[in-house]
Amino acid sequence: MEFAYSDEQQMLRDSADRFGDQHMGAADRLARLAEGLEGSRRRWSEMAALGWLMLPIAEGDGGLGGGPVEVMAIMEGFGRHLMIEPYVTCCVLTPALLHGGGALADELLPKIGTGEIRVATALFEDDGYAVFGVATRADDGARLTGVKTHVEDGADADWFVVSARTAGDHGDRTGISLFLVPADAEGLTVRRYRSSDGHRHCSLTLDNVPATLLGERDTAAPRIAAAADRAIVAHLAEAVGSMEAATAATLDYVRTRQQFGVAIGTFQVIQHKLVDMSIACEEARAITSVAARSLMSDTPDRALIAAARVRVSQCGVVVTQAAVQLHGGVGTSDELVVSHHLRRQMMLDLILGDRDYHRGRFIMLSDR
Amino acid sequence: MDLDLAPADLSFRDEVRAFFADSIPDEWKTTVRAGLRLPADTLTAYQRRLAARGWGAPTWPVEYGGTGWTPTQLHIFWSEASAADAPAQYHQGLELIGPIIFTYGSQAQKDFYLPRIISGEDWWCQGYSEPGAGSDLAALRTRAERDGGDYVLNGQKMWTSYAHVSTRMFVLARTSVEAKRQAGISLILVDMDTPGLRIRPIHTLDEKHHTNEVFLDDVRVPAANLVGEEGMGWNYGKVLLDRERMVAAATAMFLPQTLRAVRAAAKRRRVGAATLFDQPGFRGKLAQLEIESLALQAMVMRLVADAAAGMDSGPRGSMVKLRWSELIQQSTALWVEALGSAAQHYEALDAKGEGSGDTPPDMPLALQGALYSRVTSIYGGSSEIQRNIIARRALGL
Repeated sequence: MEFAYSDEQQMLRDSADRFGDQHMGAADRLARLAEGLEGSRRRWSEMAALGWLMLPIAEGDGGLGGGPVEVMAIMEGFGRHLMIEPYVTCCVLTPALLHGGGALADELLPKIGTGEIRVATALFEDDGYAVFGVATRADDGARLTGVKTHVEDGADADWFVVSARTAGDHGDRTGISLFLVPADAEGLTVRRYRSSDGHRHCSLTLDNVPATLLGERDTAAPRIAAAADRAIVAHLAEAVGSMEAATAATLDYVRTRQQFGVAIGTFQVIQHKLVDMSIACEEARAITSVAARSLMSDTPDRALIAAARVRVSQCGVVVTQAAVQLHGGVGTSDELVVSHHLRRQMMLDLILGDRDYHRGRFIMLSDR
Repeated sequence: MDLDLAPADLSFRDEVRAFFADSIPDEWKTTVRAGLRLPADTLTAYQRRLAARGWGAPTWPVEYGGTGWTPTQLHIFWSEASAADAPAQYHQGLELIGPIIFTYGSQAQKDFYLPRIISGEDWWCQGYSEPGAGSDLAALRTRAERDGGDYVLNGQKMWTSYAHVSTRMFVLARTSVEAKRQAGISLILVDMDTPGLRIRPIHTLDEKHHTNEVFLDDVRVPAANLVGEEGMGWNYGKVLLDRERMVAAATAMFLPQTLRAVRAAAKRRRVGAATLFDQPGFRGKLAQLEIESLALQAMVMRLVADAAAGMDSGPRGSMVKLRWSELIQQSTALWVEALGSAAQHYEALDAKGEGSGDTPPDMPLALQGALYSRVTSIYGGSSEIQRNIIARRALGL
């Protein structure tokens, strides 16, 4: 039973913090966001130079084989500094799906690790996040037709991993396969969007698009679920970093902000609100740590991961809403970082399924 | 929620599991799941069984008759007890006065009192609170005046839980009046049979008798019953803060018992063609509590891990206590909800006796649990006091 970071993990955490301070400081956040893709590319190559991008990729795939706790150490920093680079999607989720996926996947994996290419994963259709809710079809020659309504961090991807139905009907548990599609494929329309938290997403319309099968046919669903759990836990760590940063900023604020001749932090009602925020942070950190350690097992406790996903989202939204509230009017302004934490927490609450979806998953998995 | 256990811990777990497998009679279980304390004689029998196994004082050092277990072993012990629907041990002697006696008491006090706590021969109650002095102990007014070889105690104690079944009470009393209100308070051990001591029951909203007023009128106890130094009682109380985090951790680990009772009640109750358990709305509420309970167990694990590593856990014990009390309140309320309108059948007016089908099988315990749970956010430092502690100690506000 070990919850403290090892020296190496602590170094990763410190390195993510330093990077965040240097490249994504709260004070010049708006300017950094305004740089758009150019700034993001620059930071991405610096992250590559630090070895972060290859950290979660398996050693046999040209990566460093970092585990969930190493990823957690990095992602805390992403959360604390609200870094918008597509780390979880490109370096955690996608490599887990590419692993063992054949010659093209073997070729792409090391390039993801060096930052040469970005690969996004397209799973969502109109059903929202539902691994089995795949209507996109692949014909026998692997040409894909369908719509992917939301591709997380997909706006600047060079390649897409796309789920498609190779057998059965919408909602069936089998018959789902994964394919690789280049962003410039014929018949592929990419619509790009910016999110309120600065992330850059897209949607895909596929019209008879040539694609390369990834791994075995018809059996991708469990692989997708397992890879998604890794990504979910990484995002939980990000949420923990973000809510702790928002709480710390709020604590600083109530110590200095004067009202009626005293610091508002002397009011008990304010103190108790901050206590509840810090308990929520502790709760989120505790269950995230346990979930990350469960992922290291051969048989991860998927009900626990679903539970963590629900609880951390609840804590994150409640904490950052309170952070805005306690800052008063300025908390709602674009200039102040707490408003950005709230925006990110609200988006984290939707990534890879919302909390109702995961509560349903918890119910299904914990039924006995 | 499992830990990665070393082989030695795994065999310890098997040993503990085997012990609990046949140690807990079914008739205890509903009471335990409701978060209610078993009757004193039953708890004494339980304590004797544990003591006979050498496990009477799980958190104590070996030299005083404890187990000397590591925090990991304690966690295993409590997990297994919880899973077996075993009750929590009666903690006033074991966790409150016992550790003060073995830390600050005289050799004679250690030799006499400690074995009697472990064997269940002595039950202790805590004479701290007074009318007008709950968590604000500095405001207490009970006096102890030295008269030859004795102290003479006068005053009134409030909310003295289990005074009516206790053989001894540890009392905070003023031995001198000082400028600083915390000074001049002493800790004195009192035999409940001492003349001048009178107990008046306080009946609570759950219609059970847990707590009392205790009146002390010229109660004369030997001066040798003073623990440690005169006037230092306040300081001894503070060492408990460190132990209380483990009490909170242990208590929190018993929460899943109540959630299992809610599940069972919902599976039993038919609503139309299906059971309440099959209704998505109810199921969502139960899942939410189960999820928060998992988060609480994770907090306990972090606390225990820190204790094992010898790290200061700050006010995380207060956090666990606070969250546990909220969740036991919500869980017992959901249990009542699971019973539905039949939860109004508290007691049969024409009772044919238990198991007659006059009331649902988990009544009145479910409702008593829900009512009694209201005290959990008040006793041991109310949630408001806990928030003050966290604000001061963790946030520096």
